Amino acid sequence: MLNFVDSVGEAVAGIEDGSTVMIGGFGNAGQPFELIDALMDCGATDLTVVNNNAGQGDQGLALLIKEGRVKKMICSFPRQSDSWHFDEKYKAGEIELELVPQGNLAERIRAAGAGIGGFFTPTGYGTMLAEGKETRIIDGRGQVFETPIHADVALIKALKADGKGNLVYRKTARNFGPIMAAAAKHTVVQVSEIVAAGGLDPENIVTPGIYVNSIVKVA
Amino acid sequence: MSPQTTSQDLQTSDKPLGRDDLARMVAKDIAAGSFVNLGIGQPTLVSNYLLPEQNITLHTENGMLGMGPEAVGDEIDGDLINAGKIPVTELPGASYFHHADSFAIMRGGHLDICVLGAFQVSATGDLANWHTGAPDAIPAVGGAMDLATGAKDVFVMMTLLTRDGASKIVEACTYPLTGIGCVTRVYTDKAVFLTGPDGVSVRETFGCTLEELQDLVPVPLKAGPAVGL
Repeated sequence: MLNFVDSVGEAVAGIEDGSTVMIGGFGNAGQPFELIDALMDCGATDLTVVNNNAGQGDQGLALLIKEGRVKKMICSFPRQSDSWHFDEKYKAGEIELELVPQGNLAERIRAAGAGIGGFFTPTGYGTMLAEGKETRIIDGRGQVFETPIHADVALIKALKADGKGNLVYRKTARNFGPIMAAAAKHTVVQVSEIVAAGGLDPENIVTPGIYVNSIVKVA
Repeated sequence: MSPQTTSQDLQTSDKPLGRDDLARMVAKDIAAGSFVNLGIGQPTLVSNYLLPEQNITLHTENGMLGMGPEAVGDEIDGDLINAGKIPVTELPGASYFHHADSFAIMRGGHLDICVLGAFQVSATGDLANWHTGAPDAIPAVGGAMDLATGAKDVFVMMTLLTRDGASKIVEACTYPLTGIGCVTRVYTDKAVFLTGPDGVSVRETFGCTLEELQDLVPVPLKAGPAVGL
């Protein structure tokens, strides 16, 4: 069921303690800052967060981590020059990290949305990130079994939504948005513009509205 | 392999190559019409030396083909960045796609060449470039393993020696691996190496002879075909 809501607070209101939350974005591109701020304000804690990174600077996801609201990060690249809040929690043993090669992260998210129970991939074979995982030689190449990553909620950013919840994105801000929208039970989208059904060319829709539950316009 | 190749034939410069000279050489070696991913750091320099007539298409793993040069001034757009999170531009004919498609392009073997930095490369082309393994280091892998396993050819650019003078071309990597047997060519300040299941051959040397190079590198080096042969 699709809802257009008036505020980011309303958009994240149902997020419960202990949820797995996917957050879109690569660097600042496509990061739904306003939804993350609302998640901060709504008080939900004990979260597992799926994002490419683990927060930067003193905003967004970094603040959620600083406040101790994230018990586990699933990401590919937590360490950055300005990831001090994650660094501190990790070194103190106060946050769990599941480190996943970026392409495996993306494909595991995609698999969840597509109803795939797992897949074999050459990425990571023979490395410490494949330790303990099932492997096979397929077509002469060592491959590692990877499982889907499901989420209770996805928070993503798109450029425009139409009245049916169809989405289009902008440039490299698309990144994880489309696959996270499909992988979560409940997908919340912040957009810059909402147009009537028919206002987006059906040939150009990137995320069909079937994957979308709540839309909020953010100025 | 050419039996008449001598150490003399292999030396193509009387001094080691600087970073820009090396980047220029890598750029020149990329076949016209290739689809290429340039890793963060030194490999990014290669883009400065690609010629328009080479018609190279650059891929960035955060979801774009047809990436242009770094954005300056009014061109800077927060929605248009590369994998190093630097603002870039788009060229005519660019395309955008989501992350799973972007890594399918990589994993599916559609990229011709990926150029990466490295801590170590083994004699058989194993790559270590993501983690020092230090107990207090926070591990971060990003797209390194995907890049190493996906492209048809993986070129490495690095200095041959560490600051302490140890060879980064090694019998077996001591740092945690990024990928196994994936590197096909290593461009360094002192030589270009070709790596594969049969070991290491040297395509050309800079500021040293093959014999002098062998004294620095702890794996057997064979003379490859001299440049131009």
